[in-house]
Amino acid sequence: MTTPTDTSKGADLTLRRPEIASGRADAASPAPTCIRAAGFDGWYGEFQALKGISLEIPRCRVTAFIGPSGCGKSTFLRWINRMNDAIPSARAGGTLTLDGQDLLDRAMDTVELRRRVGMVFQKPNPFPKSIYDNVAFGPRLHRKFSRADLDELVESSLRAAGLWDEVKDRLNASALGLSGGQQQRLCIARAIAVGPEVLLMDEPCSALDPKSTARVEELIRELEDEYTIVIVTHNMQQAARVSDRTAFFFEGTLVEVGDTDGIFTNPRNKQTEDYVSGRFG
Amino acid sequence: MSAATVISAARTAAAASRRGTPRSAAARDRRERAVRGALFASALLSVATTATIIGILASETIRFFGMPGVSVTDFLFGTTWAPLLGADKHFGIWPLLCGTFLVTAIAAAFALPVGLIAAIYLSEYARPRVRAAVKPALEVLAGIPTVVYGYFALTVITPFLHDHVSERFGTFNALGAGIAVGIMILPIVASLSEDALRAVPRSLRDAAFALGGTRFDVSVKVVAPAALSGIMASWLLAITRAIGETMIVALAAGGMAAMTLSPTAEVQTMTAYMVQIFLGDAPATGVEYRSSYAVATVLFVVTLGLTLVGNLILRRFREEYD
Amino acid sequence: MAPPPAVPAPTEGHGLVRTPAQLVASAEPSSQGARRAVDRGFLALCLALTALAMVILAVLLFSVWRDGHERLSSEFLTNYASRKPGEAGVKAALWGSVWVCVICTLTALPIGVGTALWLEEFARPSKLTSFIKLNISNLAGVPSIVYGILGLTAFARLFGTVSSDTPIAVGDPDGFLFLQLPFGNGVLAGGLTLMLVVLPIVIVSSQEALRAVPRSLRTGALALGATQWQTTWSITLPAALPMVMTGAILAVSRAIGEAAPILVLGVPLFIRSVPQNLMSDFTVLPLQIYNWANRPGEAFHELAAAAIIVLLAVLLTFNAVAVVIRQRLRTT
Repeated sequence: MTTPTDTSKGADLTLRRPEIASGRADAASPAPTCIRAAGFDGWYGEFQALKGISLEIPRCRVTAFIGPSGCGKSTFLRWINRMNDAIPSARAGGTLTLDGQDLLDRAMDTVELRRRVGMVFQKPNPFPKSIYDNVAFGPRLHRKFSRADLDELVESSLRAAGLWDEVKDRLNASALGLSGGQQQRLCIARAIAVGPEVLLMDEPCSALDPKSTARVEELIRELEDEYTIVIVTHNMQQAARVSDRTAFFFEGTLVEVGDTDGIFTNPRNKQTEDYVSGRFG
Repeated sequence: MSAATVISAARTAAAASRRGTPRSAAARDRRERAVRGALFASALLSVATTATIIGILASETIRFFGMPGVSVTDFLFGTTWAPLLGADKHFGIWPLLCGTFLVTAIAAAFALPVGLIAAIYLSEYARPRVRAAVKPALEVLAGIPTVVYGYFALTVITPFLHDHVSERFGTFNALGAGIAVGIMILPIVASLSEDALRAVPRSLRDAAFALGGTRFDVSVKVVAPAALSGIMASWLLAITRAIGETMIVALAAGGMAAMTLSPTAEVQTMTAYMVQIFLGDAPATGVEYRSSYAVATVLFVVTLGLTLVGNLILRRFREEYD
Repeated sequence: MAPPPAVPAPTEGHGLVRTPAQLVASAEPSSQGARRAVDRGFLALCLALTALAMVILAVLLFSVWRDGHERLSSEFLTNYASRKPGEAGVKAALWGSVWVCVICTLTALPIGVGTALWLEEFARPSKLTSFIKLNISNLAGVPSIVYGILGLTAFARLFGTVSSDTPIAVGDPDGFLFLQLPFGNGVLAGGLTLMLVVLPIVIVSSQEALRAVPRSLRTGALALGATQWQTTWSITLPAALPMVMTGAILAVSRAIGEAAPILVLGVPLFIRSVPQNLMSDFTVLPLQIYNWANRPGEAFHELAAAAIIVLLAVLLTFNAVAVVIRQRLRTT
């Protein structure tokens, strides 16, 4: 992706939002597709971790990936922002697109891709820097900000992550002094500050206590108006609570995908039914 | 297997285990105490070593300051070091400190940045195969005796400086010795800094990449700052080695104690002066001989201070990531 | 959960109502080309500087070989040092190095490993323990020439308690079994001095080796009723031994290359004999190299280079032998 299209992208992003917000109010009209996979395969060396995944992830909705450990859901997530590039043996085939753009293209600028697709990890991983510098890190990489604009961006990102009131008096304190739940919300704020369209969350609550988990889940529901969110979770109640759509992965295949209500109350597939009713996994 | 067979087998085993002669618990405890004592004694040896070093340096230095023509003030503030000039002796430590500082500064200017960048390369960029080739080469560099670097300074670096940089570089000069010391401490900086960089958790790199950082952004703006205290410690420990280095400067820096910061100048470091005295035939009771102990005391205090600070920083760094 | 307004409210000058996305969109993007150039440039710098270190190593080894290889011969190994460069050899220095290295290994290894065992397996956390640990890490930073002063006073002169003019001697001065107090500047004093130099390295690396042994191995043995020492001797130490050896190799290699502490001991410059016993006069290869390199004239520099080749060969042999021993320990 080249610089000129990049600027226009940023501009029309803001224009598109009201329309999406209104689109969301009307539950009947389906949200446009943001990420699309068709016959997608993923390998680690000789091991095929993902087999023929075909899936459409709608814009400005929360999509949950569920399934037992090792089913490939995290691997799939890491292909969307190409984090798998760091693993030399990782390869992929088939189709995976973001807004129609081929994500598997070798010439794809991963730096630009990751600006558009933010990620929140399993364990909170704030940088050993101040709270302010954690949030400002991403924006500073990609754009030139005036001091005032950067201050405003940090504040609005922290507000969006529901952390502002807790940290506004100690922005220059080390992020490592925050509690686990606060750290994870800081990581969400840090991801938001770059201005992404998509947020990938890889089991974002698995290292948190129940109270912090509830806070982060609430946050995910709030963020859904602005961002396309894909969340990987082990916790089926969590998937039921936060997501609009749910995809069930098992042993590298996509078993079933559909509206969350449907998956949990009336699954079409026997395996899905067994999994969501807690019979295995 | 039925429960009955299991029980009978267990009974047989229990009976068999009672058949051996019991060992004396008292003998066992005696041996345990003796071993414990021996190990503790060896641990105390290191404390005794430090205590003895301090004791020797202190008593000899006090004796030196008690000799005629020597004063503490002159030693600590004097800018002339002329211990061998018959009646006109001067014992002002500053020229030796200055020489040590000059050589160390040259070495540090070369080795600290180069070592750090090599460490970043090895830890963040290099493919396993490249790492497998570069690491042993650095280990070889680290294992080469310092007297070899002294020879290298004398026969390769200095002639190169003389022929290609400036005619003013004589046989002995601070720059040649400093570069050789820098080469010597380079592997220390590289390997200790690399350890520090590799101790930074993967998750921080993931986070920085996921925000759209380039490899440069990730290594220089996230990983290196996160490892900063470990890097600082590696620098301090390397500087300590440079200050205490003896054979390189004894061979290549010269023997003129001078207050100069010119890289072309012949300088004498604290260690080189000690070599001059201990190799020479100064009588063991003479003032020149004793002065080397006073110089050793200064050297010891300086290096001990730096090591203490370096170890404190290193400990804090380890606590951060353990 | 009201959706944030899409357009900033015009009334607020410093509008905090703008969303992150809007703020990001309004800022000028940094040049992607410049970022990529910085990334590439830094990689090039990394490669260049790492390559520089490799080139320096190559130049060093090459220049030593170029200067010295013609002087290498069997006579060079079997002749004593001489004022005539054509007849000079490293026999005394080579054997002196071997003697000193053996003494250093035999003393530093048990004391160093013993200290590590005490600190890691026996000592309870206390002020004394942490003081000893701090003391050891600081000893590692003491310049080797200072250890020379310690060796000179403590070993060579025995703190002046026994006059070196009338030493207390036991045994035949020309035989193998001969001891005297004070040690004077014989091989024993040299070996013990080097032992002090490398002791901190042995201790620290042995500690790391012991720490790498899984706790479950120890608890397994202790649960069978083994005493602390039985556990340590039969379980922990064997498991840690290969790594202990790695540290010991490093430490003794350092000892082989040390010249400064030996120089302070005041060993004679010209030695025309091989050590007979622990009290014999000696010199070591690094010191011989220093002496030759310090003399003006091509011929002596060539001798120094040839002696460097011998020294590096000794180091290489020592490392190879030690690595083989370590592999043996690992497989059994």
